[in-house]
Amino acid sequence: MADGSQANKARATYLAIAGITKSFGGFTALKDVGFEVLDGEFVCFLGPSGCGKTTLLRIIAGLESQTTGSIVQGGRNVSALPPAERDFGIVFQSYALFPNLTVAENVGYGLVSRGRARKETEARVGELLALVGLPDSGPKYPAQLSGGQQQRVALARALAISPGLLLLDEPLSALDARVRVRLRHEIRALQRRLGITTIMVTHDQEEALTMADRIVVMNHGSIEQIGTPMEVYRRPASPFVADFVGSMNFLDGKVAASGRIGVGSLELGCGGAADGLGVGAAVKIAIRPEDVAVRGVAPGAANALGVKVAGLDFLGAFCRATLKPTAAGAPEFVADFSINLMRDLGVAEGAALTVALPEDRLRVYAA
Amino acid sequence: MSASLGRSPSAARPVRRKIAGEDWVAIVAVGALAVYLFVTVALPLWALLSKSFQNKDGAFVGLTNFVQYFQNPTLSQSIFNSVWVALATTAIVVPLAFVYAYGLTRSCVPLKGLFRSLALIPILAPSLLPAISFVYLFGNQGIAKGLLGGQSIYGPIGIVMAEVFYCFPHALMILVIALAIADQRLYEAADSLGASRRRIFFTVTLPGAKYGLINAAFVVFTLVVTDFGIPKVIGGRFNVLATDIYKQVIGQQQFEMGAVVGLILLAPAVLAFAVERLIQRKQVALLSARAVPYQPKPATAFDAVMFLYCLLIAGLLSAVLLVAAWGSFIKFWPYNLSLTFANYMFENFDSAGWSSYWNSIEMSFWTSVVGTSVIFAGAYLIEKTKVFDSLKALTQLIATLPLAVPGLVLGLGYIFFFNHPANPFGFLYGTMAILVLNTVAHFYTVAHLTATTALKQMDAEFEAVSASLKVPFWTTFVRVTVPVCVPAILDIGIYMFVNAMTTVSSVIFLYSTDTKLASVAVVNMEDAGMTAAAAAMAMMIVYTSAVARIGNLVFGQVLLRRTQAWRKR
Repeated sequence: MADGSQANKARATYLAIAGITKSFGGFTALKDVGFEVLDGEFVCFLGPSGCGKTTLLRIIAGLESQTTGSIVQGGRNVSALPPAERDFGIVFQSYALFPNLTVAENVGYGLVSRGRARKETEARVGELLALVGLPDSGPKYPAQLSGGQQQRVALARALAISPGLLLLDEPLSALDARVRVRLRHEIRALQRRLGITTIMVTHDQEEALTMADRIVVMNHGSIEQIGTPMEVYRRPASPFVADFVGSMNFLDGKVAASGRIGVGSLELGCGGAADGLGVGAAVKIAIRPEDVAVRGVAPGAANALGVKVAGLDFLGAFCRATLKPTAAGAPEFVADFSINLMRDLGVAEGAALTVALPEDRLRVYAA
Repeated sequence: MSASLGRSPSAARPVRRKIAGEDWVAIVAVGALAVYLFVTVALPLWALLSKSFQNKDGAFVGLTNFVQYFQNPTLSQSIFNSVWVALATTAIVVPLAFVYAYGLTRSCVPLKGLFRSLALIPILAPSLLPAISFVYLFGNQGIAKGLLGGQSIYGPIGIVMAEVFYCFPHALMILVIALAIADQRLYEAADSLGASRRRIFFTVTLPGAKYGLINAAFVVFTLVVTDFGIPKVIGGRFNVLATDIYKQVIGQQQFEMGAVVGLILLAPAVLAFAVERLIQRKQVALLSARAVPYQPKPATAFDAVMFLYCLLIAGLLSAVLLVAAWGSFIKFWPYNLSLTFANYMFENFDSAGWSSYWNSIEMSFWTSVVGTSVIFAGAYLIEKTKVFDSLKALTQLIATLPLAVPGLVLGLGYIFFFNHPANPFGFLYGTMAILVLNTVAHFYTVAHLTATTALKQMDAEFEAVSASLKVPFWTTFVRVTVPVCVPAILDIGIYMFVNAMTTVSSVIFLYSTDTKLASVAVVNMEDAGMTAAAAAMAMMIVYTSAVARIGNLVFGQVLLRRTQAWRKR
């Protein structure tokens, strides 16, 4: 990831969004949103439903108009242009394939209107269908294809006019889990191969983490964080991001001293994570379940605490354990234990353990 | 880079969307639709409304006309008459139709398709037809006159009997829909809890069909109050609102009083309309997308009873039609029952002769063509374009208005509006065109809702995809929207055609000697005592509607097979 961002530095900005606000009557769907997308980059808008991510995508496409704010695409100010005068291809969750046209007619829909020769159009359609792995489906109708195949046709149709920007509006949400995972890789590989700047809207954090170069996490019409998947996961900028991306434990506490936080009768070291917060400030400590250390934790080690296993949920490759600290006033939290570790340490419901909350894994937010 | 992209002062200014060539086309089209609906619906209704507050010279007189109306005991008696006749019809027809609908949806009776088609027969006929049949059966020369026990058919009895026939299919269609949407799992749950059939009926079935029943009752009530044909033919001296309006306007040229009666007629229709809208909103929530459709299980005794009931009702409905058909071929009812075509020689009865039939065909054809085009394209513009939202909302409102406006009221509004000396559209008065415009307007709403439903079922993003592919919306309209909506378009076409063939109420004010219609000829010939010729003309309407409907069905099948291969999986 680190060298990925290095490569980004060399690229030029392709899309610059600044000060986008969208109000419907009294309701503000987007509040002063601004960021830049580099040439050839794959960016995901991630957020819960109603966070404004789809509205933002539609504004970039010109399908909806922003109340204020500017969009510059490839050096051209497109803020006020209707969709027909912008340069993008779009794929929707519903595929939006024309049901009465064959796959080939669908893919060639935007080519025919551009007055190309029929031979040329046919060749291009064949090329695109081969690109998405459906070389023989041209004469079929959309209803004869599976959901995954239909979505690939929609992708081919969007790419047919060689747009400068590819917009994907929850393209995988309507598919079943297995197909979704496969198509994730295919779309990502295709995007890399074509080098086309792409924005995808999704509410599925796993999708965003696996596909994106950078993720724009949104909530209530504002951007919460922009960063690489690793940054967003490792160093979530706000409790919202921490909670929305992956699983996270939140423990309420108070700053006891510089670098020390009291949780109930416990006191934990948090390194520099609480810098800038005064002593006595109420905080939330965040730690991911997989970061709770068990192996080689001696009683008395840094941030070590005794816990009792209050519950175990078997999740296949690992177990999620609910741990109850023996210290008074400290809240329960969960930890992920591999099956391997469970066997080695004999973890079972009711067992007593010593675990540690490693200092460098803790995030601290003002409560 | 970032300096120029950062917060320049212009970023905070509201963004005004540039209007591209494509948008202009949409704006002009929406504007044209709005003008069309204003001229053919809104302004005539406004003319009627304002007329009711004016005196003969056009001066504003407030409520004087209304006061005058209610002080005239013969006139206000009509309100009472209309209401109780409508209530009686509703009380008879809704239970009858409910049991029939129950048989069609919740039992395993054989020949469901046939029973359904037979029950819809009355829709193919003008409302005058059952009235003529009952005159044949129970009139002064009726062959079954004795069955009435000395009561006269000319009056409330005849009106109610004929209205029951006329309203049956309308109530049935609503109730079939209400009963057809049921969740199998509710019944399975009730069964597993040990509820008896009777208890299930009262706790699951009836509450589920509640909205359908209310809706059907209002629709029937309104149909009866606003129907003109039946009381005209069989009402005798029994005055109702619908015949009053005709007498006031055509008989006595009292336009202001006609307008007052028109407004009174509007009241139940508007109420029914409001109830319907309210119910529609609730009905939707009744059935979730995940419900399992109800499948009736065979039950010998119950199915047999239901079969006999359906047979009886379908038989009676067919009989009423057959009496009129038979009567139309009889030499001299009831004294010489030998068969003849003489009653179809319309030249011998009415100076317009066969021309009124051909006028009806012409009018129905154009109503179907113009109506389907305008309504479907209009619904598309309202539903799918992204321009002129405020005007579109207003247009949508006007498009749903005609459902609440009885034909007589709309026809009267047309007189006031198009006959006004200052109206630039005045040249339309007395032409075929005004009949077409009026009929399209009269039946606009149902067709508009059919089109809107079909359009709503299409992916909302087709237009967005077209825009991203730089294809103008009208190309997608022609290449995708219309082909996908072919079934709905065919439905609208036949709906407009059949209604144009059978309508009397609004065109009765608007025809001229050159554009007399078949349904009007039925009224005139009946009026002149030529019942057999009237029956013959009414039957011509039935034959034509039936042929058109069958033709539409066959054509639709062929077209679907030829062009709609994509519907198959």
